[in-house]
Amino acid sequence: MSESVVKNGLVDAEKRTWLIASSAAGALGTAAVVVPFVSSFQPSERAKAAGAAVEADISALKPGEKMTVAWRGKPVWIVRRTPEMLAELAKNDPQLVDPESKLESQQPAYAQNQTRSIKPEYLVTIGICTHLGCSPSDKFTAGPQPSLPDDWRGGFLCPCHGSTFDLAARVFKNKPAPTNLEIPPHMYLSDTKLLIGEDKKA
Amino acid sequence: MAEFHEISPNAPAAAKALNWVDNRFPLSKLFKEHMSEYYAPKNFNIWYVFGVLSLLVLVIQIVTGIFLVMHYKPDAALAFASVEYIMRDVPWGWLIRYMHSTGASAFFLVVYLHMFRGLLYGSYRKPRELVWLFGCGIFLALMAEAFMGYLLPWGQMSYWGAQVIVNLFSAIPFVGPDLALLIRGDFVVGDATLNRFFSFHVIAVPLVLLGLVVAHIIALHEVGSNNPDGVEIKANKDANGIPRDGIPFHPYYSVHDIFAVCVFLFVFSAIIFFAPEMGGYFLEYNNFIPANQYVTPLHIAPVWYFTPFYSMLRAVTSELMYVLMALTVVGAALAVFKIKMPSLFKAVIAGGAVVIVVLMLLIDAKFWGVVAMGGGVVILFFLPWLDNSEAKSIRYRPTWHKYMFAVFVVDFLVLGYLGIQPPSDIANRVSQVGTLFYFGFFLLMPWWSRMGTFKPVPSRVVFKPH
Repeated sequence: MSESVVKNGLVDAEKRTWLIASSAAGALGTAAVVVPFVSSFQPSERAKAAGAAVEADISALKPGEKMTVAWRGKPVWIVRRTPEMLAELAKNDPQLVDPESKLESQQPAYAQNQTRSIKPEYLVTIGICTHLGCSPSDKFTAGPQPSLPDDWRGGFLCPCHGSTFDLAARVFKNKPAPTNLEIPPHMYLSDTKLLIGEDKKA
Repeated sequence: MAEFHEISPNAPAAAKALNWVDNRFPLSKLFKEHMSEYYAPKNFNIWYVFGVLSLLVLVIQIVTGIFLVMHYKPDAALAFASVEYIMRDVPWGWLIRYMHSTGASAFFLVVYLHMFRGLLYGSYRKPRELVWLFGCGIFLALMAEAFMGYLLPWGQMSYWGAQVIVNLFSAIPFVGPDLALLIRGDFVVGDATLNRFFSFHVIAVPLVLLGLVVAHIIALHEVGSNNPDGVEIKANKDANGIPRDGIPFHPYYSVHDIFAVCVFLFVFSAIIFFAPEMGGYFLEYNNFIPANQYVTPLHIAPVWYFTPFYSMLRAVTSELMYVLMALTVVGAALAVFKIKMPSLFKAVIAGGAVVIVVLMLLIDAKFWGVVAMGGGVVILFFLPWLDNSEAKSIRYRPTWHKYMFAVFVVDFLVLGYLGIQPPSDIANRVSQVGTLFYFGFFLLMPWWSRMGTFKPVPSRVVFKPH
């Protein structure tokens, strides 16, 4: 038995040990209770399910046109590029941040090429600016126009902070957006059916 | 514990009732401590009404908010329509909604003026540091409250404003993207985000806010109010222990404040009835278009009260980073070579500067923009320890300090104006200079606040009876 009366300045070591032990146990329990509450902030199963792959029918898309499909609540653009558009792409290279798409997080390996696509004709990209998440607008016509350089060869302009992207969704230098637009995982189910969000069948 | 107090059997019923309560709850005691026997300096001026006015706006926001929640639907599919329903179909709903939306702007206006008063008269100096810290906490909670409340109408500006601000968090290295996901609860701002912001806006943040307001007032009434002369009235008490320069808050200042409340309500009502949207500054035009996650409005700007800090965010570009790196090196070099301290501290400062410069090179400017925006608010917390001036009040500080304060106010307003405007090269240059001045004002304050010739501080407050 330890002392029952604690004198001034004298520490009851056993009592202190038990106080520390029970406080630690209490703190541990409290920390454990925090887990479910913080976890509830994560995307729900329903939100994750909405992240499932979507199919897109591209049969009606004409050369030079763009269509938008929703995937995970984000706009995914499908642009059918004309041969002229594709021919112009290489000329942008010196003005781009990452012309060869070296940054791996921005596209799957099969889109890490000159046109950033599986089939050169079709560009599939997430239409969300890599700066602060605005959705850039289409500026497909080449030539001088407001907010764009005089040697513009067609691409996208973000209205929020003026970032520009070419028709392979590659970002131009000295703009707020740090990286190229993201290419989502995607695959062709047939010549006219595109699956966005998945690139291999289980 | 107070002794049980018996009252004469033939006392009036009201006195008996009060005595009954006082024996069970310190009602009279609280009233005396905080109202009729709380001695405030007798030389308060017009700047001293904004504290009471912010309390009034808080009450307006809580009451109107309670009534809005009765009709509002926190659901991405229904939210926009439910706000329009309040505006068109709920009897007097438009008035309640406009009181709430105008109240948000009014809140920031009176709080900014209240904070500036503190800056002018050194109200954050010893022993009022905690009063100031609780106040800064209130300001921070208020910003969170306003930001989350602005998402609720689910208009285009609500949606894209939230999208941009939440994406700022993803600029934080390593944890950023997951943190942004945790805040949104979805891969983009959506129904989950709206619901949790609603929960924070109507219950979590208001509770914190109320707690901080109580702490702010308790701390203030413990140390006593400062005054335009920055003289401690408690240093000079009469035989009864009452400060000679103090007058009871009630009735003297309660009457003053009721007058101020009336004037404020004139202006507030005029805005609600004649310019509730204030030409797009209190409620932005784009917010009358329902949120569309596939189309971004052409120009995104936060509401006016956030724009000074938004300007700081935009000012930090990769170019400005080189200036910041140079300033870090110069600051560290000055500290190492000019200030006398142990060589261990010098090594720590030099090492710290190297680490910061390396981080500045490695991490994207976007992240440092977020740091600047947050830092612009957080730096206010340190004000009590940055100000080294001999005199608390601007009245007795060197004349050039007044110009310094004037430039600071102009700088803050210019930053605010530029934050509303679309980005341009010249505006960006100006906001970079403004941002550097803003931080320089605070970070160099330990030195500049000591410089110059101070005027003699009187022992009693300056007061002319009228």
